[in-house]
Amino acid sequence: MSNQGKMDCGRRRLVVATAAVGGAGAVAALVPFVSSLLPSERAKAAGAPVEVDISKLEPGQMMTVEWRGKPVWIINRTKDMLDTLPKLADAVADPKSEKQQQPAYAQNDTRSIKPEIMVVVGICTHLGCSPSQKFKAGADEGMPGEWLGGFLCPCHGSTFDFAGRVFKAKPAPTNLEVPPHVYLADTRIMIGEDKKGA
Amino acid sequence: MAAGNFEKYKSDGSLAGNALEWLDARFPATSMWKGHLSEYYAPKNFNFWYFFGSLALLVLVIQIVTGIFLVMHYKPDAALNANGVPIAFASVEYIMRDVSGGWLIRYMHSTGASAFFIVVYLHMFRGLLYGSYRKPRELTWLFGVGIFLCLMGEAFFGYLLPWGQMSFWGAQVIVNLFSAIPVIGPDLSIIIRGDFVVGDATLNRFFSFHVIAFPLVLIGLVAAHVLALHETGSNNPDGVEIKANKDANGIPLDGIPFHPYYTVKDIVGVIVFLMVFSAVMFWAPEGGGYFLETPNFYPADPLKTPPHIAPVWYFTPFYSILRAVTFPLFGIDAKFWGVVAMGASVVIFAFLPWLDRSPVKSIRYRGPIYKTLLTIFVICFFILGYLGTLSPSPMGELVSQICSVFYFGFFLAMPWWSRMDKFSPVPDRVTFK
Repeated sequence: MSNQGKMDCGRRRLVVATAAVGGAGAVAALVPFVSSLLPSERAKAAGAPVEVDISKLEPGQMMTVEWRGKPVWIINRTKDMLDTLPKLADAVADPKSEKQQQPAYAQNDTRSIKPEIMVVVGICTHLGCSPSQKFKAGADEGMPGEWLGGFLCPCHGSTFDFAGRVFKAKPAPTNLEVPPHVYLADTRIMIGEDKKGA
Repeated sequence: MAAGNFEKYKSDGSLAGNALEWLDARFPATSMWKGHLSEYYAPKNFNFWYFFGSLALLVLVIQIVTGIFLVMHYKPDAALNANGVPIAFASVEYIMRDVSGGWLIRYMHSTGASAFFIVVYLHMFRGLLYGSYRKPRELTWLFGVGIFLCLMGEAFFGYLLPWGQMSFWGAQVIVNLFSAIPVIGPDLSIIIRGDFVVGDATLNRFFSFHVIAFPLVLIGLVAAHVLALHETGSNNPDGVEIKANKDANGIPLDGIPFHPYYTVKDIVGVIVFLMVFSAVMFWAPEGGGYFLETPNFYPADPLKTPPHIAPVWYFTPFYSILRAVTFPLFGIDAKFWGVVAMGASVVIFAFLPWLDRSPVKSIRYRGPIYKTLLTIFVICFFILGYLGTLSPSPMGELVSQICSVFYFGFFLAMPWWSRMDKFSPVPDRVTFK
């Protein structure tokens, strides 16, 4: 190619310009491929709200419904369960629910609209496992003696109380998420929406 | 010795000879055969540890062939069938129960996955024993680290496909690890999943990566690994360069042609390997719950995590290192630093050629420091691997932290301790009985 070391500058500029344009084209060609990796329109549309009938949920019981592919727990807390919450204010990482893990109407002592009914996404905020029920106190659940009941994540050992508040010094960084929800009637909840009939 | 410096084949006048001459004039058949096999001179003192390269190649072939046949029956679909079972899970059950020989092909593939890692770990350990990563074979080693990373990707993507409980929750945890990366993390994990949760989109793309993208890269890297090795020539248990002593024809005095000598030797290794492999495949295909984990016999349930989840055994040392990081640093979550530590614990192998400053390559001529530290390193690796299979506990956490510190210390302090050792004199020629 070279003429005994003499460079044809015009030709060289053309080579550089061609390579630059070609390179830009190759990068632009990545766009459709990368965007195809994003959630499809169907996946984005799949977040429809879910209506749940809780009339058969007895005190002390918990039910699980699926919303956006995630488990949502509805727990009918007994008075004993609710009484454990104030006692744990010093043991949990965010007792007043200051981090935005719940709608404003659930930012209270019980993290719920009605004190006894807890609605919470059952996905650990650490790495996304679903914690298991450890409702009984202490050694009955194979937990330490001071355990008052709540949830244990089987993957990395994070623990949560009956309001989904994470205990201190656990891998999970925040409390469990309270999804937007609204009472359509006394025993019917719509999960995924804030306002009736929206 | 590199391919290309060989004379073209001259026909002896026979039909086969004419055909070969025709071929050789148009394709480097003779030069490839001679350059990589019949006139590739390998050191004559290879020992037991040199079986694992060719065995890794054998397992790769097993995985590709069995994989091709599994794809004929497998369906990457997370939707539920008429019986309420995910189609992907049901198609694996179908392969196991209704496809003739399907159970055998699937067990070959699942046992092959674990065998791949056993063979590759031993192959890498050979490199540590004899300094195979040292100059001039740094690039061979780097391609090897690339193969190892690729293999981990293959195994991870492949483990989701049966769509069992462990598939689902394992993928859930590992993909969520990426969400710990500051700023881009949450979006990155959505791009990996293709959805807001692990679901059908995730299963389909993992299938695509597992059967197309990663195997292509893997084969390319294996070719590069072998080509780079054949450019420099093989190392040997003495860690001396056989090319330093050549006869009048330029052939290393301590070298013997790879074919037939090592091809035949490797056949012995293959036979022993296949005996062990078959024993596992026929009598213990689940590998005591380590090769195929019990929760994976239940279909994936996005609402319920199994009571104990752990990665497959070959990932557990690195998983332990991930779990060992339990404290935040510089205002970023422990979760992120765990991911960094886990990534670093794999990638750090790539730096070995430059970390090791000892004047000799082989452990035969290295002193007590290397022998002691390497032994402790291997013990730490096993302890980390064992702890990674267990549920988290305070004691396990402490032990894994100690082992992790040693793991990284072994590499990071190597530039210093590798020079301090007491070395014995290295012979000019390989030792051979």
